[in-house]
Amino acid sequence: MTADKQETFPGRLIAVEGLDGSGKSTQIHLVHRWLQSTGYRVFFSEWNSSVLVREATRKGKKRQLLTPTTFSLIHATDFADRYERQILPLLRAGYLVLCDRYIFTAFARDAVRGCDRAWLRKLYGFARIPDLTLFFRLPLNAALGRILEGRPQLKYFEAGMDLELSPDITESFRIFQGRVLDEYLKMVEEFGFTVVDATQAVHRQQGIVRRLIQERVDLGFFRKRYVQ
Amino acid sequence: MSLKRTYGMALAGVDLRKLSGTLIVIEGPDSAGRSTQIALLAQWLEQQGHAVAQVGLRRSDLVGPELERAKQGNILSPRTLGLFYATDFYHQLENHIVPALRAGFVVLADRYIYTLMARAIVRGAEPEWVASVYSMAIVPDAVFYMTISLATAVQRTFQTHSELDYWESGMDCGLSRDWFQSFVRYQRKIRSEFFKMQTKYAFELVNANRTIAAVDRDLRGRIQLVLDRAERPETRRVARARVN
Repeated sequence: MTADKQETFPGRLIAVEGLDGSGKSTQIHLVHRWLQSTGYRVFFSEWNSSVLVREATRKGKKRQLLTPTTFSLIHATDFADRYERQILPLLRAGYLVLCDRYIFTAFARDAVRGCDRAWLRKLYGFARIPDLTLFFRLPLNAALGRILEGRPQLKYFEAGMDLELSPDITESFRIFQGRVLDEYLKMVEEFGFTVVDATQAVHRQQGIVRRLIQERVDLGFFRKRYVQ
Repeated sequence: MSLKRTYGMALAGVDLRKLSGTLIVIEGPDSAGRSTQIALLAQWLEQQGHAVAQVGLRRSDLVGPELERAKQGNILSPRTLGLFYATDFYHQLENHIVPALRAGFVVLADRYIYTLMARAIVRGAEPEWVASVYSMAIVPDAVFYMTISLATAVQRTFQTHSELDYWESGMDCGLSRDWFQSFVRYQRKIRSEFFKMQTKYAFELVNANRTIAAVDRDLRGRIQLVLDRAERPETRRVARARVN
């Protein structure tokens, strides 16, 4: 637990961030497949995926029991569980860890909900800053279009309904996502995001993403060693 | 009415100026007699005509069952467990303590962030990180820390439970395989963390090695002062202005 986040691990951490509908999950999925099939020690980790905490989160969300503070904390709990059980050990074992969303998702979303930005950064202070954070930038309307046309059933918290921005769930979602985007844009410089133009074709973005990874990470180190 | 503040960070969505109640925290190690004293105080305060709310670190309905299950299996890392407790604490703060303070109640809290912080630090969490997690907690009007010798605590533990509790003995901390030795070492470590917090968090020490009635009398006297102070902020302010 006291493991210093400044400690140098053999592993490397790559995170993708962006609005819902920005195509980041597609891109990190393709990266994962590419690295896996080429024979690298790679692991893919999804935001919000530990079983135990997921139950509490689901319950809290369903019954709308959560305030901005407890919403933030319950996600931090979930992240800490996944970080200490999965991400940190993998980094120490020399893996390339790919994260679909990372602490910046919490920074953006929770700040929009009114949590103090400085408090959030301290709360997640135990988490290592990624070696490469790819931010998939897409104009708000394009992202909204992709989501709203494919999945009209929005969830309460996803649409930021708890903020009472609008009684209409779609309108609430639009306003909420707009604010989340503002928060992301403020973090580009703070955390050194590498911005990827998400309006381009998927395969073209993937080409760029792969090149960025090759530039930033010594992939040769992550080639699997077969021990007989 | 005394103006409330937090330990540094704003609590999202809570207007501190509207909290007219009084928050009194009774802290102390296991077996110090906190709950006994709180029951007596509640009775006394109600007789005086105060509306009283009692809150503890009981599990909330938000993460309660999950926390219980995680503890039983002992499967969470200290940090995760600590954050689970923090979630639970803020849930209670926002859903029980804040509404009661807004309604002008005297809130008697059986433990507060200090116990949670001590437990987390003993389990290896960085003290600064722990303090920042709890920096949105409302600063109580008074914190009474009940001191009790370890020998008395041991006796009281056996008197009430006849066996040692896994968590109260800190068996998850790997201090010793021997239960009694682990209990003693763990309780010492917790006390030493409380000791470090004393000045920073302005604990008022209450000698709990005395009889129940003696401790009760002592607490009443001190709480009366807190309530008097809370009732006369106007006169105080005027007096201070005159001095200046």
